[in-house]
Amino acid sequence: MMQTTAVVVGAGHAGLAMSRRLTDRSIDHIVLERGEVANSWRTQRWPSLRLLTPNWQTRLPGHDYAGDDPDGFMPAAGVAATLASYARLVGAPVRTRTTVHTVRTAPKGFEIRAGDDLLRARAVILATGACTRSAIPAVAAGIPPSITTLTPLAYRDPGQLPDGGVLVVGASATGVQLAAEIHASGRPVTLAAGEHVRLPRTYRGRDIFWWLAATGLLAERYDQIDDLTRARHLPSPQLTGTPEAVTTDLNTLTAQGIRIVGRLGRIISGVAQFSGGLANACALADLKMNRFLNRADQWAVTHGLGDQIPPPHRFPPTRVDPRAPLELDLASGEVSTVLWATGFRPDHSWLDIPVRDRTGRIRHDGGIVTGAPGLYVLGLPVLRTRASTYIHGAAADTEALAAHLHSFLNVR
Amino acid sequence: MTITDRPINNGVNVAALLGAREALSAAPEAAQFTWRASCTWRTGTHSHSTVDSFTGLGAEQQHRTTYEYDIDHPECFASEDKGATPVEVVLVGLAGCLTAGVAAVAQFRGIQLRSVTATIEGQMNILGILGADPDIRNGFEVITVRFAIDADASREDIQALIAQSQKRSAVFDLVANPTKILVELA
Repeated sequence: MMQTTAVVVGAGHAGLAMSRRLTDRSIDHIVLERGEVANSWRTQRWPSLRLLTPNWQTRLPGHDYAGDDPDGFMPAAGVAATLASYARLVGAPVRTRTTVHTVRTAPKGFEIRAGDDLLRARAVILATGACTRSAIPAVAAGIPPSITTLTPLAYRDPGQLPDGGVLVVGASATGVQLAAEIHASGRPVTLAAGEHVRLPRTYRGRDIFWWLAATGLLAERYDQIDDLTRARHLPSPQLTGTPEAVTTDLNTLTAQGIRIVGRLGRIISGVAQFSGGLANACALADLKMNRFLNRADQWAVTHGLGDQIPPPHRFPPTRVDPRAPLELDLASGEVSTVLWATGFRPDHSWLDIPVRDRTGRIRHDGGIVTGAPGLYVLGLPVLRTRASTYIHGAAADTEALAAHLHSFLNVR
Repeated sequence: MTITDRPINNGVNVAALLGAREALSAAPEAAQFTWRASCTWRTGTHSHSTVDSFTGLGAEQQHRTTYEYDIDHPECFASEDKGATPVEVVLVGLAGCLTAGVAAVAQFRGIQLRSVTATIEGQMNILGILGADPDIRNGFEVITVRFAIDADASREDIQALIAQSQKRSAVFDLVANPTKILVELA
């Protein structure tokens, strides 16, 4: 049996950043990784995916973007390469190809069964990410067997789909990107859109993430957010990272010929039924976007930026086609593929410690797991701030959790 | 928004609603409600419904009194028009739900309402219910709700009120989205 002070599970951006923080504090640790460093970026992301955040924002503790395209958006392969070089830079003690089977409590800490080994550690940091499994709604059971179904984790490119129409379910970042890419391949796309977050790629000459950071929105702390449950379940914004920095909202998709319908409610005898509430879902998203743009404009005034950048303006409201169908017969041959862009879930199924709430989620206070001293979780949406959802948020999150862990070890 | 010395009062107890949300999140079984009505056929298309009790907060609950509803069809349908049609009652339910939502959201957001009026219409081609055209559905083709709202708030804030009210409305949800309906013989 091997003994170490801390075990980090997962060598993605959060796990590696945590490793760096532990090294800074001379806390003996290892990082366990089921595949290679940045495994999910190598094996579970479609090649055309780019980060939603601009390159200048893709920074980790002790590492800033140094390339020649700070305003660009890094492709998945670039993220994998960046994380691999970051692992070398910080000398992260990563044990690759080591799947964690179970983590349980043990006297004075935890017992981790990983690969063929049994490890003991006083602290465990879960950094396996928020997007390990695809969330597929229960209505999927009603899909006729003639239809090909696919999740974004298995999707690579449109060529992998049969010819014919595609129903993309879900209109967050993943759904809008894949709808556009698949429609451009000549497969007519219907996009089922429920509640969504609309944001322009750029506003007044700046990237939207510049505004989200400048206005302080990304820095909002989890314990200061009115409705934390809602904040943590908010769908990802309808953004894509493209070299041309184009906006990918529902109006853009409609102009491309994609048919937008309401949220998928149920499938009965092979007929998919969509919500009649699409207009309100769009109205809510427009209102929310405009509230943020008001905040941005106000910030620009108070910070004397008003004259230096293009003037404020508003984007056209989302056009909702009044003829948007409420039903689509999946057995008619019109659609040959259904793609579930209905979100992702973390996978902590190997964690054998009773720390979950009734919905199966780990209970934690800003990443400090409730009821299991020495156990931490990283890389979840709005873990400690709204920035936690994005790569650069790991810097502050790992600093806070490493400091907590350090004092925890000293007290014991 | 106008700032006045008077506290905002739309007659909604926001503290109680927020308290309920917290308490029920901690005790989810108490959040399971059953709403019910009982309907008795009178004659022709006329029926009489009563609403008096429901289950919730882990117990049987009674309304303050029994509420009664006569449902019928109009004379142009060769009926006696002893009450509103069932589809009009659905419109009443939707308008009532959205209006309650407007008041609650306004109270929560500190917006004083002076008046709220909703006009609701459902478009229906009755060839559907007559079975005369299989391509026409029985139900509404579209429902339109027009809110006239006088309140201490900008037009955008009032639009946000009605958007949020739709988002949290039980009747909006059950009209807009499919609902499983089980009908059986006793």
